[in-house]
Amino acid sequence: MNLFALDQLGTPAALAAALVLGLLFGFWLERAGFGSSRKLTAIFYFRDWAVLKVMFSAMAVAGVGLQALALFGLVDTSQLYVPDTQIAAQAIGGTVFGIGFVVGGWCPGTAMAGLGSGKLDALVFLAGAMAGSLAFAWIAPIFEGVQGIGALGTCSISDAIGVEPMTGAIGLLVVALLAFVMAHKVEAHMRNVPEIGEAPKGSDAR
Amino acid sequence: MNANAKPFWNPYLAGAGLGLTLLLSYVVLGTGLGASGAIARIAAVSMHAAAPESVEANPVMGPWFEDGNPLRHYLVAMLVGSLFGGFLSSLAAGRAGIVVERGPRASAQSRVIAALLGGALVGIGARLSLGCTSGLALSGGALLQAGSFVFVGATFAAAFAVAPFVRRLWR
Repeated sequence: MNLFALDQLGTPAALAAALVLGLLFGFWLERAGFGSSRKLTAIFYFRDWAVLKVMFSAMAVAGVGLQALALFGLVDTSQLYVPDTQIAAQAIGGTVFGIGFVVGGWCPGTAMAGLGSGKLDALVFLAGAMAGSLAFAWIAPIFEGVQGIGALGTCSISDAIGVEPMTGAIGLLVVALLAFVMAHKVEAHMRNVPEIGEAPKGSDAR
Repeated sequence: MNANAKPFWNPYLAGAGLGLTLLLSYVVLGTGLGASGAIARIAAVSMHAAAPESVEANPVMGPWFEDGNPLRHYLVAMLVGSLFGGFLSSLAAGRAGIVVERGPRASAQSRVIAALLGGALVGIGARLSLGCTSGLALSGGALLQAGSFVFVGATFAAAFAVAPFVRRLWR
């Protein structure tokens, strides 16, 4: 049903399609403000929850959209390539990734959007990410045991709990909406909280 | 960034646009968006120029060289596209400009060192996790993959926990 089989992704037409999709990807990231590392990291100081809003609305739109196309027989979701689940490796890897995210200010995709908008720190971050990828290639054997723990392959939560994929996608949408309400409440609260080292709001102290 | 820079778009609008792009990727390519895999391939090719035998013998990177050029891959094309997308969007909005972006209390030097160190951790974490915020969290999350949410939970928990120690970089 897809225009390209997975073994045809190296063809010139598929590469051209991927280039255009990447262009749209970078465009939306930059429009959202994710070409700025200060904007991205503001969520970790509770001030700006755009990262959560953009990520979960994108997930929900794509998730509900894909399941709708599947219901009409336009997409066979079993033929789509999805990342494998490896619970232990992804818990440890996510922890290392999260520390790198708040220290470095970027994740790989946003760093490309940031580099495109001229951020030199994104260039340095990407050089670091390349070094980290190479480092992993050499130390990979020490993680072999970890990679086997909770290695479930393709594992959707809707299958695991025994609901229809569309029900799962709508569940994701509901969770996203609840998260948005929470994010707005935290943002409203934080508007009255001064930054450390800053005079309290409403005070005339210098 | 200049004084006439336009404001960022509404996050729900940008999120919906991103979601439709992800949907389009699944429909056209049969796979989602991704970024870290291409970065790993570019790193492998760079090192291959210096030490071809050891890269080809490496169990992680070797297979990428078996079918010819590792850069002839959809993720690499997507990564190049995302650079241009960011460039065109920032240019159109008056946000493009060569800077080392940092908090008001951070020096450019500390920001650059942190970027390098953070990048290295992200590189290691993404490879161990089989993906990053694009390929694993966003693309897998849309199809409710369990591992995607394990990764999202671990990433955000770790970042929130470490944030107070690096506040000087950002706030």
